[in-house]
Amino acid sequence: MIPTRKRTRLVLRLGLALLVILAAAALTGTGPVSARVPTNVFAPESTHAWVIYKYTLLVLAITGAIFVVVAGLLAYAIVRFRQRKGDDTTEPPQVYGSEQVEIAWTVIPVIIVIVLVLTTARTIHEIQDAPRPPGSLEVTAIGRQWWWEFRYPSLGIVTANELHIPVSDRANPTPTFLRLLSADVAHSFWVPRLAGKTDLIPNRVNQMWMDPSQPGLYLGQCAEYCGTQHAKMLLRVYVHKREDFDRWVAEQKAPAAVAADVAIASEVASGKRIFETTACLNCHAVAGTVANGRFGPDLTHLMSRDTLASGAVKNTAENLKLWIQEPDALKPGSLMPPMHLEDRELNALVSYLVTLK
Amino acid sequence: MASESLTLERAGEREGGGPTVLEILHDWAVTVDHKRLGLLYIVYGVLFLAIGGLEAAVMRIQLMVPNNHFVTPQVFNRMMTMHGTTMVFLVGVPILFGFGNYLVPLMIGARDMAFPRLNALGFWLTAFGGLLLYFSFIGGEGLAGAGSAPDVGWFAYAPLTAKAFSRGHSTDYWTLAILLGGFGTVGTAINIVTTVLCMRCPGMTLGKMPLLAWMFFTMSAMTLIVMTPLAAAQIMLTIDRYLGGHFFDTQAGGSALLWQHFFWIFGHPEVYVLIIPGFAFVSEILPVFSRKAIFGYPAMVAAVVGIGFVSLGVWAHHMFTVGMTSGANSFFALATMAVGIPTGIKLFNWLATLWGGKIRLRVPMLWCLGFLFQFLIAGLTGIMLAAVPFDWQVSDSYFVVAHFHYVLVGALVFAIFAAMYYWFPKATGKMLSETLGKWHFWLFVIGFHITFDTMHIPGLLGMPRRIYTYEADRGWALLNMICTVGVLFQAVAIVIFLWNVIRSLAWGKTAGNDPWDAWTLEWAVSSPPPHYNFALLPVVRSRRPLWDFKHPEDPDWKYQQ
Repeated sequence: MIPTRKRTRLVLRLGLALLVILAAAALTGTGPVSARVPTNVFAPESTHAWVIYKYTLLVLAITGAIFVVVAGLLAYAIVRFRQRKGDDTTEPPQVYGSEQVEIAWTVIPVIIVIVLVLTTARTIHEIQDAPRPPGSLEVTAIGRQWWWEFRYPSLGIVTANELHIPVSDRANPTPTFLRLLSADVAHSFWVPRLAGKTDLIPNRVNQMWMDPSQPGLYLGQCAEYCGTQHAKMLLRVYVHKREDFDRWVAEQKAPAAVAADVAIASEVASGKRIFETTACLNCHAVAGTVANGRFGPDLTHLMSRDTLASGAVKNTAENLKLWIQEPDALKPGSLMPPMHLEDRELNALVSYLVTLK
Repeated sequence: MASESLTLERAGEREGGGPTVLEILHDWAVTVDHKRLGLLYIVYGVLFLAIGGLEAAVMRIQLMVPNNHFVTPQVFNRMMTMHGTTMVFLVGVPILFGFGNYLVPLMIGARDMAFPRLNALGFWLTAFGGLLLYFSFIGGEGLAGAGSAPDVGWFAYAPLTAKAFSRGHSTDYWTLAILLGGFGTVGTAINIVTTVLCMRCPGMTLGKMPLLAWMFFTMSAMTLIVMTPLAAAQIMLTIDRYLGGHFFDTQAGGSALLWQHFFWIFGHPEVYVLIIPGFAFVSEILPVFSRKAIFGYPAMVAAVVGIGFVSLGVWAHHMFTVGMTSGANSFFALATMAVGIPTGIKLFNWLATLWGGKIRLRVPMLWCLGFLFQFLIAGLTGIMLAAVPFDWQVSDSYFVVAHFHYVLVGALVFAIFAAMYYWFPKATGKMLSETLGKWHFWLFVIGFHITFDTMHIPGLLGMPRRIYTYEADRGWALLNMICTVGVLFQAVAIVIFLWNVIRSLAWGKTAGNDPWDAWTLEWAVSSPPPHYNFALLPVVRSRRPLWDFKHPEDPDWKYQQ
């Protein structure tokens, strides 16, 4: 009676493990979830991520096979050699070891390791030492507590948190090469569907690249613990068709827009005055004005961005107001100080900011 | 005669004759007995295990649903730092050194450790290190919120620990507590190495030592090597913070990577320092409940010493994303995967020990079998993480968190529970309840698998570790909810275990000298063992002296030279 129950338990436990593994496979595979999870490493959309994906399948196959064989032997041994009720009390034959067997199960892992190491070295080389084609785009990404600064040195563009890059096709590759820097502590750039992560470390220049094959929005976030708001240091990568990207570049290079509507012009002018005479300009820059602070995000084209506070909230006038008055309400611990403006000043300031298209 | 009458006189001072509570406490505080120090270490570790577990529970509740407000980001970050630091430095190391202290002299037929006073010093340094760390909760900014407990993560990457980014004294508590505990650890490591080399009983050559002694010897030797860079790094950091040094201060030209190298050249071998004693417990318990000698003793010794050496050269696999050259990345992939070879040998030898045995599924054995199964998975995900390009994706994600909890909970904690059930009768003279033990085991297994099997998936779906909350659109919510539910099972299992200990101490069955019909020397003495263990030093002729004694017709020494 008892052995049967024990066996049932064992079977249940193995069954549970198997179920979990299957669930894992189903959830992470190209199943229905992958479409809903914007950061799935098993849904690659660039060469970099794709090479890793293919390599991962090989690693999974090898480790999976080892698991099945060894766990199978283990389960078999437990069931087969369990002491049963009717068994006599004598000790089983004592076996102390066998050199042949030891050699066999040393050589087999050695062979597996050699295969894995060679494949690994080749894949590392393929990604890390990839050549840089002439059409590639250079972007400098600077990690900061807790937001991202993106600079396009060849285009003269400075923006924050939302990286815009062109799509790259096989025939005419235009990959994006990132120079990764940090202004304060260590961060890590991770957009799983486009590339593996690379750290941004102060006093050090790192490199990575990606060549997205499909336009769209790709999400990610900082992957190296960097302090209080590590969790809300989100990343958005907008991949555009070539002509859309060129249009975006042209817009970003244009000076900040000026409101044409006379009715609100005075409000905007007074908002601009507040911006330029209070603490705002210590940290923020607006091209073409006296504001040239470098500690916070460049606001020249603030309203071209979808989100505020490194992806924490949608970029709306309401959220802007809240962000200026009480940043901790949106992102506790943020380094943006509360500005304590009067309502009239706040409204004017936001009227000015929303003209920065 | 004189001392005897003195004892009688002192006992007679009190009604009832026993020593007062104060006398008992005094005895424990000034003890230099290896068994008492071992128990102190273990009790201390279990206490912090409960605290570290509560910290984990806070994090799991916070992560149960997206954008949760159970705790603030500041509190979460302190919980995450204290959980990691506690579990590694105040739970893992003390509990294992406790077992080492208790078991090594008994198993090699010695009367005590080589340096009993150093042993006591080591424990109290470790104990005060832990108290210093926890004093940070009230010692700094005050009791509001979570005081000023460290919030820089358990590996405290520079320059987040620099004065510019870590104001106040929380980082100093972390640094000094680890430094202090580290000195205690080094003392105990020296003690175990010396004891194993110099105190073995007559006839016990190195090749006839129980595997447990070999493994604690290896682990202690590794500790001696790797605590040095850790202590150096802590001292350098303190110089940076207070004496104007620039080792890690990037704003003055220091190197953030230097800290990472220093920390991980300690940190990775530390993982083996923790898991090798786990191997030790399984290598002793598994044969007894399979009723067979360990298969391939020389291979097991070679494998563990091999792991000890190779693991000193794998640290940068924690740093595959910092932008090392492709050559360096390939080297550390090779070194790390190479550890898989001796590890595989160990696993196969345990499997071969089971093979052809008569497996008794008692509670210690259940924990051992759980260990084997989970350690297999932990090892395989370890190989996956050594596969650099895959690591670029999942490094610093929940996949890594799941992997090392598989190692440290699925393997190490299971081995520790095996050891507790196995040696509890020896240390206390009472058996733990088999029924409660099975409840403990099955609830813990179920809870463990619910939490940590599931935890791999959010990592593959892009969830980084150490985030206090996450966005609803990422599809991680259900998985995190499942992880949190598993914690409940584990918590109930731990409560059952603690009840089992209390109940068995009070009303448990008497164990006798040798309740498991085992083969090593500790089972030859009474339970609990007498002062100084052996009235007459034993003389051994094989690796299983009690087998020889019980089977004079077929002793081991006929086969083992």
